[in-house]
Amino acid sequence: MTSLPPPRAGQKKLGLVIDLDICVGCHACATACKEWNSGGHSGALPDFDPYGAEAWGVWFNRIHSYEEGDGDGARTVHFPKSCLHCEDAACVTVCPTGASYKRAEDGIVLVNAEICIGCKLCSWACPYGAREFDADQGVMKKCTLCIDRIYNDNLAEAERQPACVLVCPVGARHFGDLGDPDSNVSQLVAERRGRDLMPELGYRPVNKYLPPRPGRMAPHPAAAAAAAGASEPATAGERLLRWVDRLLSL
Amino acid sequence: MSSQEDGARRAQPAPRRFFERVRDYFSPHEIVDTSPKIADEVKYTTCYMCACRCGIKVHLKDGAIRYIEGNRDHPVNRGVICGKGASGIMQQHSPAKLRKPLRRVGERGAGAFREIEWDEAIATAIEWLAPIRASDPKRLAFFTGRDQSQSLTGYWAAQFGTPNFAAHGGFCSVNMAAAGMYTLGGSFWEFGEPDWEHTRYLLMFGVAEDHDSNPIKIGLSNLRRRGAKFVSVNPVRTGYSAIADEWIGIRPGTDGLLALALVHELLAADRIDLDYLARYTNAPWLVIQAPGAADDGLFARDAAGAPLALGADGQPVSAVLADTAVKLVGETRLDDGRRAVPVFQLVAARYLDPAYAPEAVAESCGVPAATIRRLAAELAQAAFAETIELPVAWTDWAGRRHDTMRGRPVAMHAMRGISAHSNGFQTCRALHLLQMLLGTIDVPGGWRYKSPHPKPAPPGPKPAGKPEQVAPGTPLPGIPLGYPMGPEDLLIEADGGPARIDKAFSWEAPIAAHGLMHLVIRNAANGDPYPIDTLFMYMANMAWNSAMNTAETMELLTAKDPATGDYRIPHIIYSDAYYSETVAYADLVLPDTTYLERWDCISLLDRPIGSAEGPADSIRQPVLQPDRDVRPFQDVLIELGARLGLPGFVTAEGQPRYPGGYADYIVNHERRPGVGPLAGWRGAEGDRAGRGAPNPEQLRRYVANGCFWKYELPPEQRYFKHANRSYLETAAAMGFIDRAEPIVLQLYVEPLQRFRLAAQGHGAVVPPPRYRERIATYFDPLPFWYMPFEEARIDRTAFPLHAISQRPMPMYHSWHSQNAWLRQILGYNRLFINRATGRALGLDEEDWVWVSSHNGRIRVPTRLMDGVNPDTVWTWNAIGKRAGAWQLDPQAPEARRGFLLNHLISELLPATGGDGFANADPVTGQAAWYDLRVRIERAAAREPHTTVPEFAPPAGLRAPPRPAILRYGVKANRGERR
Repeated sequence: MTSLPPPRAGQKKLGLVIDLDICVGCHACATACKEWNSGGHSGALPDFDPYGAEAWGVWFNRIHSYEEGDGDGARTVHFPKSCLHCEDAACVTVCPTGASYKRAEDGIVLVNAEICIGCKLCSWACPYGAREFDADQGVMKKCTLCIDRIYNDNLAEAERQPACVLVCPVGARHFGDLGDPDSNVSQLVAERRGRDLMPELGYRPVNKYLPPRPGRMAPHPAAAAAAAGASEPATAGERLLRWVDRLLSL
Repeated sequence: MSSQEDGARRAQPAPRRFFERVRDYFSPHEIVDTSPKIADEVKYTTCYMCACRCGIKVHLKDGAIRYIEGNRDHPVNRGVICGKGASGIMQQHSPAKLRKPLRRVGERGAGAFREIEWDEAIATAIEWLAPIRASDPKRLAFFTGRDQSQSLTGYWAAQFGTPNFAAHGGFCSVNMAAAGMYTLGGSFWEFGEPDWEHTRYLLMFGVAEDHDSNPIKIGLSNLRRRGAKFVSVNPVRTGYSAIADEWIGIRPGTDGLLALALVHELLAADRIDLDYLARYTNAPWLVIQAPGAADDGLFARDAAGAPLALGADGQPVSAVLADTAVKLVGETRLDDGRRAVPVFQLVAARYLDPAYAPEAVAESCGVPAATIRRLAAELAQAAFAETIELPVAWTDWAGRRHDTMRGRPVAMHAMRGISAHSNGFQTCRALHLLQMLLGTIDVPGGWRYKSPHPKPAPPGPKPAGKPEQVAPGTPLPGIPLGYPMGPEDLLIEADGGPARIDKAFSWEAPIAAHGLMHLVIRNAANGDPYPIDTLFMYMANMAWNSAMNTAETMELLTAKDPATGDYRIPHIIYSDAYYSETVAYADLVLPDTTYLERWDCISLLDRPIGSAEGPADSIRQPVLQPDRDVRPFQDVLIELGARLGLPGFVTAEGQPRYPGGYADYIVNHERRPGVGPLAGWRGAEGDRAGRGAPNPEQLRRYVANGCFWKYELPPEQRYFKHANRSYLETAAAMGFIDRAEPIVLQLYVEPLQRFRLAAQGHGAVVPPPRYRERIATYFDPLPFWYMPFEEARIDRTAFPLHAISQRPMPMYHSWHSQNAWLRQILGYNRLFINRATGRALGLDEEDWVWVSSHNGRIRVPTRLMDGVNPDTVWTWNAIGKRAGAWQLDPQAPEARRGFLLNHLISELLPATGGDGFANADPVTGQAAWYDLRVRIERAAAREPHTTVPEFAPPAGLRAPPRPAILRYGVKANRGERR
């Protein structure tokens, strides 16, 4: 079995913060991920029977859409999901060959395709379903946090971000060091009370989700008061008379 | 297996040193190349995976696309792209790409073709087209789909001399476009946008995710971050509605009623902007009240033709003199003794009527009266209590200096949920009325014109193609689409019958500003109003998802005259890049390139990418060379024009005017002196914007600038454009408008009244009797609501549910179902039904049902959901494919479980007395897709889980075999095992 890097103070924890308040479910993050990573560090992301009856492929990022709640609280949720780069990553500890590993320097969980034997134990161990088996190559694959972008000297600094973050049209995805309490992502999590996905399982995911902002359905300020004046009993003719003597300027 | 994969299979792992392998084996560290070289070259161009026209950067490596990303400097998308745009690679690598010109062999529709050379293809087209032009040009019907070269195609049609031209607007959103252009001189989506930066309240009507998608997404995100309220009025809670602060699950087709109830409430509470109405709209203009007279309901005008208003002393005064004091309510006598009242008085009197009270409309709309009241109060609160002032001084049309720009921060946006109904024109007018009453047109925080708009309301050009303008070998005097000002501008024969094959600009659809593509095949096959010789279509899937009544449309395309055995539509020429369902119905197929293989321009003469901040346009450049024998459609069209000797396409000596194809045309064509397809870098020195001589370096300048041009208006020109002197002068100088005169917003649309007067028998051009009641009713110069036609005509207990559709966010064109990545996201569609409604029908969470309309019956898979109006069912549009088309496996889910609602929708209204009116908006001819009413019955348990109807696959084309596996990008990857 494979060890996690020993914990240390000031550990860098690169990850994503995903804002469920504004995700509209457009799948840009999913296809941009596929596009970048198919030619990237863990590529290809193969597609099987791509024009056939049972097309399926490897995706590092998938969007789930569902409804929740009742009455005024009911809403449709678009929920993008990829590897959460857990601090207690069971997919790593379960790996018999050391192929699945968590980088000490930034916390990114990767799979070393050279020594992966395709046993799929990691996909059984991952409670989030974030692992994707490449049946063509016979190895497990997963989100790399675009490790070949975020440190890439060939890219402009502003572009050294995961593809899913750069592409997101609503700006619902943020990348940074969640180990640094002063980082933008950590502050976003603090401000918006970002949450772990299924924290009760204890895997301590690095990625966080920002919940929808509270009070979404609250009536507009002062609306109720204005509404009260909206329908004084009056006939259409009486109401017209209010404007008879109003002089206006062209 | 494509050549690309063969290459991948042959690729050998990179040699690795022994000790690295040993270390890898024993240590959980691999060597990660964190700085791989990404591309050999980066080329900028414009996306075409939907209608947004985002700027993209295409990274090329080893001659193939490594990666497509957004251009961060581009004004449309500012660096982002969407799920479609990021899947452009798979569009380029589709096995459904056409590869060579095709000539039909065997029966039309069977799909058997022989491949031909381009010389033969061009010669065949000329052989069909030249005699038409020499004898009767209108026997060519030239219709295009969602292409973005309509300024070229329209010009070509005009030069050919046929009035029978239009693009897809007639079945998309022409009623909204026309309502906007006649009311504001701009419109939702194309020619306007919410002030995303400043609005406090956004009210969005019927907006799915398929138009203007990235700008809307960027804007909504901005809104939510700022805490502005976003209300989505939509029968379905998906996409944008999912992140709205409030979702109003309205009953389809009743948005106009809701808007007018809001108008009622605002008028009742006197929460309207009278100053704005007086100064910027025709609210003060006097309307003649003389029932029965030939000018009843027209504006009272002075001797010079200028409109009159009601002066402070109760006498008529000029409505065009600044600073005149006027009243908006009252009555006066004109010089001839007749009564006249201001427009505003007519508005107030109509909408204060209790028929528009919230209680009166709540049940129809499916929205509680209390909610309507609250929405009205919230609108008033945002407009009048949260007024914003930008510290920007500006000067109005009359020369008055204003120290600030004051705005009512309520913005609105609307799309196909409004337009795809037969009441969409008047509904959209109702929304604009609401905006004007709140004073929110082109003000900070409101709805803003996208430059080059506003234009005069309506803009000048009238449709060309009157019978006397159509002659052998002669161009039309103008473009065959435009804006009629009255009955005298219609394209009709002496007997009042239609002059165009689609009956646009006839009494059937007088303001059909975008034509009626959805009726062309039916009319042509029936010889109604006359037979044609050649139907020439581009990028329009009219044999499938773009047709109403698809099965019958397929029959009409193959219908023969029993007397002669000839096809009723003798020739069909079709150009497309992909093997769509329509290809099988063509006699001659002209294979187009993909969007990454050609020059294109997104022109100010057509549908530009300008924003409220200023005009902009853009180009596409070829980033890849085609690997098959295909040509850009625009190049082919220009060549056909030259071979036919069309005056605009040949020199005085008869030589091709644009031997360099579309790229040549883009640079050198001048529509008016100094005005051409592109506005940027004009003039010999490339230093002119808008107007200027052609610049041979223009495309190079565009490429160097990321393939777009934008002109940023100075801050003092960015609002009140309709009345902003400085802006109007800029617009006139650039050629956007003819004169720097104010554009008065039209609460009351006088041209509509001219049609209505004709229906009462006034004037030289009057409608035939069967149209009179219809014109008199629906050409109301003030907006009103009426029940959508199908709903009004069918037995509503027999067909109790509305059925609507929308495109999903990751798809736009029908091509997207053969995109290897996108079809994994959505490979078939279900009919979504409100959970309570479905349970009452005995349906399981997922089930199969029969759906019936007055026009047909289909069997489809279903799913229950909560976020849909209980009287409404809906599905994703254009997912269902004909088996065998698009080079998909005939067993593909798109064919077996995907379906179209189109089979249920008739081009004609359910007959009551066989009147044969189109299933369309009576003002504009807009196709009324969402008027559909249906009944649902659970399919029997023994029935197979496949959709009905099914169609036999066409013969198929020579194409590379479908790959068993795609490993795109693997060559760019480091060494792999295997």
